[in-house]
Amino acid sequence: MTHRKKPWILGVCLAVALAGCAQKQNASQLTIWHWMSDREDVFQELANRYHASTGVSVRFQLFAPSDAYSQKVKAAAQTSTLPDIFGILGEKRDFASFILSGHVANLAAEVDAGEGSWRKVLFEKPLLMNEFMAGNSYGVGVGTYGIPIDVMNIQFVYNKELFRQAGLDPGKPPATWKEFLSASAKLKEKGIQGLVSGWGEIWMIECLASNFASNIMGEEKVLATLRGKVPYTDSDWIRVLKFFQEMREQGVLADGVVTMINKRAEQLFANGQAAFAMNGSWCVNVYHGMNPNLDYGVMLPPRVSNAYPQVIWGGAGSSLMVNEKSSRKKQAIDFLQWLTAKDQQVYLAAQTRNLPSNREALVDLHPILAEFANGMDRAVHPSLLPLAEFPLVTEAFTKGIQSILIGEKTPEEVAEEVQALKERELQKQSARNKQS
Amino acid sequence: MRFKDQLENYLFVLPAIILFAVFSIYPFLKVFQLSVYEWDGISSMMRFVGLANFWDIFRHNGVWWTSVWNAIYITLLALTFQNILALLLALACDKGIRGGHVYRVIFYLPPVLSGIVVGLIWSWIYDGNYGLLNHWLKAIGLDSLTRSWLSDPKTALTSVAVIHMWKGFGWGFVILLAGLQNIPRELYEAARVDGASGWQVFKEVTVPMMIPVFILVAILTVLGTMQIFDIIISTTGGGPGYHTEVPVTRILSTMTGTSQFGYACAEGIMFGILLLLVSLFQMRIGKTFRQAP
Repeated sequence: MTHRKKPWILGVCLAVALAGCAQKQNASQLTIWHWMSDREDVFQELANRYHASTGVSVRFQLFAPSDAYSQKVKAAAQTSTLPDIFGILGEKRDFASFILSGHVANLAAEVDAGEGSWRKVLFEKPLLMNEFMAGNSYGVGVGTYGIPIDVMNIQFVYNKELFRQAGLDPGKPPATWKEFLSASAKLKEKGIQGLVSGWGEIWMIECLASNFASNIMGEEKVLATLRGKVPYTDSDWIRVLKFFQEMREQGVLADGVVTMINKRAEQLFANGQAAFAMNGSWCVNVYHGMNPNLDYGVMLPPRVSNAYPQVIWGGAGSSLMVNEKSSRKKQAIDFLQWLTAKDQQVYLAAQTRNLPSNREALVDLHPILAEFANGMDRAVHPSLLPLAEFPLVTEAFTKGIQSILIGEKTPEEVAEEVQALKERELQKQSARNKQS
Repeated sequence: MRFKDQLENYLFVLPAIILFAVFSIYPFLKVFQLSVYEWDGISSMMRFVGLANFWDIFRHNGVWWTSVWNAIYITLLALTFQNILALLLALACDKGIRGGHVYRVIFYLPPVLSGIVVGLIWSWIYDGNYGLLNHWLKAIGLDSLTRSWLSDPKTALTSVAVIHMWKGFGWGFVILLAGLQNIPRELYEAARVDGASGWQVFKEVTVPMMIPVFILVAILTVLGTMQIFDIIISTTGGGPGYHTEVPVTRILSTMTGTSQFGYACAEGIMFGILLLLVSLFQMRIGKTFRQAP
């Protein structure tokens, strides 16, 4: 080899190496990105079944944990390399941003085709979480932009054995706030810890606070607060915060709950180290893995008022979206329709012990899961509201509740801080609107 | 040199330059660009806001400054306790104590463990109900001191700092031990012949010879500790309230929690400038010490 040829050979090698970095695309294969590491095998089995029945091959690609997945999807959106089907994690504003950037297909025509046969089999609210109505504050066109593949709601679970030890009736869990405090006091007398939950993950605090708020003041007043018409210093909001203060003062909470991740909280409840847990319907699978003999039941979060219907946090567990720019859009929609059909949903629910998104698949459910399923009609979620709170305000509100739980601040102090931040955010929004 | 030869030379370094430009220079410049925009990380539309993000951090973002203070607090603890412990252990090993090689391995184990794993193990030690620390305190009759260490605002930050110091002292130990072993033994012998005590030998021989190493360890400690992140995420998540928030957790929560990419970039730049200033200050101090007679 002559000396002169070396640069050219090197250049060719470099070009070949860089070309090798390009992702190999199979024109007839559907690609789905997801973050659900516990469902990888089940998805693979479903992909095999779909291939056997239609001849279309489906490739599920797992990217976990969910934070890493979320970043990957955002980066792929920037480079227009999203797969045929993907999920969007995060708030509704993130979902809206994906839609406005032209990455998500509107499935309204398919969902409502044939007198809405697809829509009819799906749980209403989880589907609504994937829809945008006329006049929504995000500026997104009316439509259905995602399909839930499973659903969830968050309720309280209680340990029946610990109830018996404290002389409580395991067949009659506390329904009201007063009953809840009374039961917690009896448990405490027996040296049993009360409520455990992953309140180190602040969104779980938001769940309970929103339950209280809806129960006390109803959706209209909550919406008025989001619009800035009702301040957080309003007596109803102070009352919401005071329930957390009361929980602290009455010793209702398990030790360390304020910085606890939910996995740790699940361990404590599964091992009988706390009598109550606030957790999502996914917990059935988790507790089964941790302690298959755990004797527990499901109860609604204690009712704090009779003024408005009691609601729980819930909706879509996982939703999948179709890439608007995909050349296999039609096949992708067909696959989602197949995935949410009864047979596949029954299989998914049985294998993963999660609630199916298809109402017709509520058969042979685990008894605890069936109890969770009964709560779906009460489910609400911030994504179902026509507008959202400023993220910084939500963070300040939930962090403020943490401060109340550690006795550092009073409900009034937290309410004032949150309101001050809210006003600042409203001013910033107003300035932005004027500019644009 | 002929043009073709020059071209050939450049071609050889081209891959490295391309990689450096793509993965280092471009992201670095991009952060500066994004910091003057309002952007959610998804949308193709970005709104130019000038220095408003920086102004907001300075003027209104009290939580950010709390997080900076928390990081400084942990750093000060690490600079003192962690490095003093590392120095004492390095001195002991340098003296040739029995089983010194075993200790070296043991002391170097914590730094090579994952921060997340370390955090989870210590969460169990600190647990208010079933934690080892409370168990030991009860065993020696100090029941009154038991608490939920990571949830109590009075102890949360210091508890996290202890985990960080436990994980980090091995680095300092290895570097300091290497520094100690590079000091010529003749200097010690000469000092002893002159009748110097152990303290005098340490003060007059060891410390002056070790100043460059001390500076290196101090800079690494400051840079490493100010960027503490994984231990916080796996123990407290920044809570309770904002008591264990540090700049990196704030940047992350601004970026992924509230989808303010531009603002998060501005926070990153502010934090980078802060680290740069601290490092320059340390280097200046080190230079002064080296020049001192």
